[in-house]
Amino acid sequence: MPLTYNFAYLDEQSKKMIRRAILKAIAVPGFQVPFGGREMPLPYGWGTGGIQVTASVIGPDDRLKVIDQGSDDTVNAISIKAFFKKTAGIAITEETRAATIIQTRHRIPETPLQKGQIMVFQVPIPEPLQFIEPKRTQTVKMHAFEEYGSMHVRLYEDVAKFGRIATAFDYPVQVHQRYIMSPSPIPKYDNPKLHQSPAVHLFGAGREKRIYAVPPYTDVVSLDFEDYPFELEQWDGACGVCGSAHSFLDEIVTDDLGTRMFICSDSEFCRNNAGNTFP
Amino acid sequence: MYVAVKGGEKAVKNAQRLLADKRRGDTRVPKISIDQIANQLGLGVDRVMAEGSLYDATAAAMAIQQAQGDMTEAAFLVRAFRTTLKRFGNSIPIQTTEMTAIRRVSGIFKDIPGGQILGPTYDYTHRLIESDPDLDPHAPCDRPSETDTVPPDQTDPCDNASPLPGELPRVIDILQAQGLLQQDETPSKNAAADLTRQPLTFPVSRNLRLQGLTRGDEGFVLGTAYSLQRGFGIDRHPFLGELKVGYVSVRYTPPELGFEIHIGRVKLTECVMVNRQDGAEKHTAGFETGYGLVFGQNERKAMSMSLLDRSLSTSEKTGKSSFPAQDPEFVLSHCDSVESSGFVQHLKLPHYVDFQSELVFIRNRRKDQAPDRGIADAPDL
Repeated sequence: MPLTYNFAYLDEQSKKMIRRAILKAIAVPGFQVPFGGREMPLPYGWGTGGIQVTASVIGPDDRLKVIDQGSDDTVNAISIKAFFKKTAGIAITEETRAATIIQTRHRIPETPLQKGQIMVFQVPIPEPLQFIEPKRTQTVKMHAFEEYGSMHVRLYEDVAKFGRIATAFDYPVQVHQRYIMSPSPIPKYDNPKLHQSPAVHLFGAGREKRIYAVPPYTDVVSLDFEDYPFELEQWDGACGVCGSAHSFLDEIVTDDLGTRMFICSDSEFCRNNAGNTFP
Repeated sequence: MYVAVKGGEKAVKNAQRLLADKRRGDTRVPKISIDQIANQLGLGVDRVMAEGSLYDATAAAMAIQQAQGDMTEAAFLVRAFRTTLKRFGNSIPIQTTEMTAIRRVSGIFKDIPGGQILGPTYDYTHRLIESDPDLDPHAPCDRPSETDTVPPDQTDPCDNASPLPGELPRVIDILQAQGLLQQDETPSKNAAADLTRQPLTFPVSRNLRLQGLTRGDEGFVLGTAYSLQRGFGIDRHPFLGELKVGYVSVRYTPPELGFEIHIGRVKLTECVMVNRQDGAEKHTAGFETGYGLVFGQNERKAMSMSLLDRSLSTSEKTGKSSFPAQDPEFVLSHCDSVESSGFVQHLKLPHYVDFQSELVFIRNRRKDQAPDRGIADAPDL
């Protein structure tokens, strides 16, 4: 079967449809816009939503950075970069500052984003209310009527049971005083980076066929209580490689005896911080 | 000194090389050809066409080979190919009454107009593994000579041996003629919506529901239908109105011609299930039907599909759903093998960051717990 594929794989009609969904999502921040998600040559769960969003907004002059767990070199990031190299011949960069589009799974880079940059998030479960109410028919109504009491009750139950809010990642946020939104499974450490960010944040959920967005300079507030304010993860030490005390740390088990070290999850940030420049 | 932080790209390349080696297997064993798969693994090809929702036996056979016989993976390959194909128009609805049937059975009437035809079926075989099933003295028909090439859509050499006469009336028309059949939503005359071009939203129309089921994972559709039969959704035995396998002509009117042309034929399995309906305030007693239609020969799937179609129609009408197989959202959001397989298996991807957040929570929680609850020194995590 001799096959040729369009620039960035998707046909232009599909890209147009996705771009319309993105525009709607930007116009209604935090609202989940259903879209005609296409079946991609990567499996669902591997970032098909993010890939479709990236494919729809990318042009030949873009510089793409792809990270997974904060790292440019994890298997899924490698595979997605290879996909865009192959189908769009696009320039790939590891430098956050140099990238025009950054596709990510589970992290927002430590380096602050700038105006004009597009963050694309891969989203497994776009519905923040999913584990409170699994039926989409119900959650649609809850969002429409701003019936968010059950979410607050859930957080309150955490406080009652554990003395703190127990959600560690995919921590729900409220976007510009209206929709409650899942920031995707980023650690709550990254939530504040969405607030009043100069970049555009696009969220693509391929399997669930929904797109949502946080436009630049939008309020994004992590849900909490006055007496139990939102708090960030903290580590006792600093990064074992670059010494940063202000980044999200991954725990690396270094031998069979359970010896551990902590290093930055954002590999590019860590390398720059350690004084290594890119080749 | 630390593990797996770099080297992803090289590792991925090596994994792909190993996969190619494994796929080919021992090079002393001859490689199987696409023709062999299309002809001798016909039911597998049918399943991949159905779940891949693309009627292309060659693509399905290639996918089966590339996936080392993993049918779900093969359906995924076909789907990814299918998305790139242009939609140039809608065919004229096929007429299954005009089907050239190779098999047709009914469980509700002993004799039906046109007759019961067993055709090629495993139903009455004894499942004994034989050293060479082709040497079976009961082997039903002659095969074409070795030199004949068989077109890929005729995966069963028996198909041409016994084409059935002309039109076969629908068995349920007998019930219909007696006014015993409750009518469901009749399919709209408009072009059917396309589940692969628009998101699934609820409530869902019947044509999208049927699309979802026919592309759905055979195992899921079967298991969910089975749950109905075990009382998780229906309290009465359903009946097989008619099950038919055969070829149907596909017609299309190209806009530049303006008249209908025959563009090919597809092998289908069609099933109509019949359930008793006792009647209530608004309904007189009678029978209700469920419908199944699947690419290729796949009776298990078509029958399961029609049981679910019935169950979901009923729950939509009554607004009652107490069991999974009565809930359109439960069934349709979870029946797709490409979606479910992808999401379950994505757990193999790294989740270091999320897990780290969980570790931080658990450690903090233990710090809180230990002093005031007198929990003996919890081991350091």
